[in-house]
Amino acid sequence: MKIAVCVKSVPDTEAKIAIGADKNNIELTGVRFITSPFDEFAIEEALKLKEKNGGETTVISVGSKEVTDVLRDSLARGIDSAVHVDDPDLTWLDPLSTAKVLAAAIKDGGYDLILCGQQGVGGDNGQVPSILAELLDLPHVTNIIKLEVDGTKFKAEREIEGAHEFVEGTLPAVLSAQKGLNEPRYPSIKGVMAARRKEIAVKNAEALGIKGQVGGDNRKVTIKLMTMPPVREQGRRLDGDVDQQVKTLVGLLRSEAHVL
Amino acid sequence: MSQGILVFIEQRNGQIRKASLEALCEAQKHEALSGGKVSAVIIGENIKALADQVGKYKPSKIILVDGPEFGAYSAEAYTAALAEAVQKVSPKFVFAAQTSMAKDFLPRAAARCDAPVISDVMSFVVDGDKLGPVRPMYSGKCFGQYEINSPLAFITVRPNVFPIAEEDAAFKPEIEELAVKPENIRAKVVETHKAEGQKVELSEASIVVAGGRGIKGPENWGVLQDLCDVLGAALAASRAVVDAGWIDHQHQVGQTGKVVSPQLYIACGISGAIQHLAGMSSSKIIVAINKDPEAPIFKHATYGVVGDLMEVIPKLTAEVKALNNN
Ligand SMILES: Cc1cc2nc3c(=O)[nH]c(=O)nc-3n(C[C@H](O)[C@H](O)[C@H](O)COP(=O)(O)OP(=O)(O)OC[C@H]3O[C@@H](n4cnc5c(N)ncnc54)[C@H](O)[C@@H]3O)c2cc1C
Ligand SMILES: Nc1ncnc2c1ncn2[C@@H]1O[C@H](COP(=O)(O)O)[C@@H](O)[C@H]1O
Repeated sequence: MKIAVCVKSVPDTEAKIAIGADKNNIELTGVRFITSPFDEFAIEEALKLKEKNGGETTVISVGSKEVTDVLRDSLARGIDSAVHVDDPDLTWLDPLSTAKVLAAAIKDGGYDLILCGQQGVGGDNGQVPSILAELLDLPHVTNIIKLEVDGTKFKAEREIEGAHEFVEGTLPAVLSAQKGLNEPRYPSIKGVMAARRKEIAVKNAEALGIKGQVGGDNRKVTIKLMTMPPVREQGRRLDGDVDQQVKTLVGLLRSEAHVL
Repeated sequence: MSQGILVFIEQRNGQIRKASLEALCEAQKHEALSGGKVSAVIIGENIKALADQVGKYKPSKIILVDGPEFGAYSAEAYTAALAEAVQKVSPKFVFAAQTSMAKDFLPRAAARCDAPVISDVMSFVVDGDKLGPVRPMYSGKCFGQYEINSPLAFITVRPNVFPIAEEDAAFKPEIEELAVKPENIRAKVVETHKAEGQKVELSEASIVVAGGRGIKGPENWGVLQDLCDVLGAALAASRAVVDAGWIDHQHQVGQTGKVVSPQLYIACGISGAIQHLAGMSSSKIIVAINKDPEAPIFKHATYGVVGDLMEVIPKLTAEVKALNNN
């Protein structure tokens, strides 16, 4: 079984976010990058499927130099090979552009399964997997919390509002992982050592045959202005013992907040 | 020339999503700017009767894509249906609610139209005839205002953020049936299991009561459920208690769970970690109940009660019950 995993490197979820000088993006200096947490579930699922069915796993990431550590981390967990799509033309991509780049990198690879995270934390778009499926003309299921693969058939479980859905389909397919799919393993020391010696294949837009077609002015959406969230008014700590606080609270919820 | 707005109205089992009506009513506010009319599309099996419910919110036209292929949800079938409706109407924008169904297939439908998606929008900046959707990023730590450089753009709006306008039962939109034959359905829903225990759907609830590690153990959910019952609220949880196995992940709010924007969010025994705030900081009113007066959640709470939740919540429940009975 040949599996591709798309991983995104994102600012550490604990990082303090500041807006950059151009006001159309965040300040990146000093920010630590990590594998987007949902992508860890995709990596783990690929490793488990390989352990069970044999085959080959590849991670692919589009981004600048901060991607290297993330790809090494995937290799350290046991992924066989890594592809880094790195091109100055391909920065600050919108999801449609990112998916076009990934489609170009994936289309001739002969993959049986393409695993993604349900969303890249930070941008929080949650779009790339289903766009990618469309561009590759493959079926897809997003936000899966359980996966069974049997030959060229799969069954996936996903959460929807107030219910769980079970989806059956055929491979090749694109699936995106939600928390709950598995428990991601940590890289072993041995894995970390081995990953250091592995080669990461670097490709640019030209090598993928998409030079001038994606990114830059081809982007259909851009961020015009970033702002910090409105500061919430300093809240009110209610006074008195519990009985008094509860009485005041209900009064305020009714007469001041108008929510009861 | 693309003009107007097409709104995707989601239904499951013949039930229209409230959030879809929010998207429809918000679309109407931007009708003039779109240079055309607002129309709606409903996809499903035996859904013709739903046109009346949607018509009250005054779309100029309702497109019905009705057929057995759309009975059980399939991303490929829904993509085919929406993309054909888009082709038919040739709108400038497609609006929808950010639901799990829209998250699943809308980007795919947009890609088929070679159009971008701006997801989870919470407000709009209007500049002349330009629509600038604004959405939270970095888990709500900042907001991005987008610029659209495309004749067609798909926009999903966060549920519970935009109001539903008054209905007009006398309004009669034009109804059009669109026959779509999706081919190549390679993945589809074969079963749906309703989640147990949740009486009110979390992402659409107007009041949410959430419990964290402070509840001490799963045996104490009943105390929170009683409060939910008197308030008509949905029950939510922090990741800590989901990871501890005290409750199903369905209930988790935050960066790796659901995003909610209720009128009232009551956080009980939740410390207020940034990843939890990511899922609830857009709530209108936040109440924190915590025994630690230094808990970070108090910085974000409209009203803070310091005390042991096992004492506070039953009293709160009783007080609300008394209010309801009056
Ligand atoms: C990548 C990543 C993603 C994450 N995603 C999420 C997410 O989606 N959602 C989420 O919630 N978290 C998420 N987290 C975890 C988050 O960082 C916190 O660990 C978690 O929110 C803490 O849960 P808690 O507030 O219930 O527990 P704690 O932080 O342990 O807080 C418990 C609180 O209860 C109070 N308390 C204790 N006893 C009582 C009592 N008797 N009465 C009243 N108060 C009491 C305490 O004072 C304390 O403030 C994520 C973390 C990471 C790294
Ligand atoms: N630059 C990228 N490189 C590789 N994979 C990506 C990239 N951006 C997004 N993805 C994949 O698509 C998923 C959803 O991302 P997004 O649509 O950006 O929220 C991620 O979890 C990744 O699996």
